[in-house]
Amino acid sequence: MSNLMDFSYFPGCSLATSAAESNLSMMKSAQILGFNLIELRDWNCCGSSSAGTLCKNLALAMAARNLSLAPPDRPLVAMCPRCLHYLRSAQNCLKNDPETRSRLEEQFNRPLHPDLEIVHFMEILVRYGLDRLHAKARRSLQGLKFIPYYGCTLARPPRLAKEKYFQGEMENILVALGAEPVTTGLSYRCCGSFLSATDPEVVTPLVNEIIDSAVASKADCLVTACAMCQLNLEIRATTKTRLPVFHFSEVLALALGAEDYEKWFVRHIVDPRPLIQNLAQAA
Amino acid sequence: MVPAPPALVPETKPDIDVARQDRSLADEVMVRSGTNLKACYQCRACGNGCPFVQAMDYTPNQVLRLVQFGLRQQALTCQTIWVCVGCHTCSSQCPMGIDLAAVMDTLRLMAVEEGVAIGRPNILDFHEEVLRSLERYGRAHKLGIMLRHKLTTGNWFKDLDVGLKMLAKRKLDLWPSRVQDIKEIDSLFTCYWRKAL
Repeated sequence: MSNLMDFSYFPGCSLATSAAESNLSMMKSAQILGFNLIELRDWNCCGSSSAGTLCKNLALAMAARNLSLAPPDRPLVAMCPRCLHYLRSAQNCLKNDPETRSRLEEQFNRPLHPDLEIVHFMEILVRYGLDRLHAKARRSLQGLKFIPYYGCTLARPPRLAKEKYFQGEMENILVALGAEPVTTGLSYRCCGSFLSATDPEVVTPLVNEIIDSAVASKADCLVTACAMCQLNLEIRATTKTRLPVFHFSEVLALALGAEDYEKWFVRHIVDPRPLIQNLAQAA
Repeated sequence: MVPAPPALVPETKPDIDVARQDRSLADEVMVRSGTNLKACYQCRACGNGCPFVQAMDYTPNQVLRLVQFGLRQQALTCQTIWVCVGCHTCSSQCPMGIDLAAVMDTLRLMAVEEGVAIGRPNILDFHEEVLRSLERYGRAHKLGIMLRHKLTTGNWFKDLDVGLKMLAKRKLDLWPSRVQDIKEIDSLFTCYWRKAL
């Protein structure tokens, strides 16, 4: 019987590289809370929108390979909403298509468990309990006005309409830690996704609208659920007033008392350290 | 002399030859996308909500109309299907519950399969670069993808400042993170277009 605090963990390409600060802060939070996140051995890219665009079989096989690496007796946790979406879509597909499932099992020479639970990191925090989370807080978030920025993938894909939704969980968690949500910003507007790489001139005005909405709402910062959103909101904004854009895990780890935040924040384009210092002084 | 005001017709689109409709198109797209696009009554909620509509040649509801009318060529070669990133704003706003993003997905796949002229070749090129990276390393190597993408599209200096900023913040790793069992990854790349990639 596996420990209830044991989880398989799928980092995904962004968290393994460009958003390493999200990974570091999440691992730190997990360590403080006693979650044992066990990285999936030799995981590969979830397939991303590119595999889905060019070949459905490839997209399914790439996601399924990851599922075949996950032991069935503990949930699989992802932090990136897109990875979560593709892993869950693949899981759905394998549930409904036993023929493809057995073909892939044969190819990998490993079983695929259709009942493997796949959850977002926020979900394990909610299960842990907001009261217990509050009791673990070591640094006050009092006065931190944040826009919860979910982007588009965590709440919307209709293919997963019958699955667990995550709308509002970011607020629930950060409010339990003392922060103050601002709900008049564009929390669900798409960040531009891959168009940020191919057509930046299309993405910049959209990102600016999101940042401006946050500024107009008098928020101190935006907190994202997605590493790609965080990157796009930082690199594509050209607004006069810039706001720090945090990964959700960074704010969480900060509240739980993590001391090694310097090495995450030097990787930000808009330096969040002045905001953190103000917060510390006010406390 | 005051110049004449520009014509109110936004831009000329190719004439539609109604004699050359493909009456099976709508059924084909419905089966593959799993969504009932015949339910669309052109309320335009999708077009009004789409964050990217300004970069598109047809609004999402117009693409549905092309499919309903069986205008295969126009539907598969339009830019809209490539600009769509699948954010599902349209799908969540449609009063008839049509998953428009799934329709766009399907049309993109059909465009690639049928080898038609691609509405936004730079976007297809980007996806191909991502797949090259996935085939080689099993994971996406952003720096490599962006360099190769810039090489093929010839936009070396566009965006150079952002690229340098990302390098300075160590957001672009020089070396890829990679899968050890690359043979197993290789065995997944069996798609028919693999040789062309």
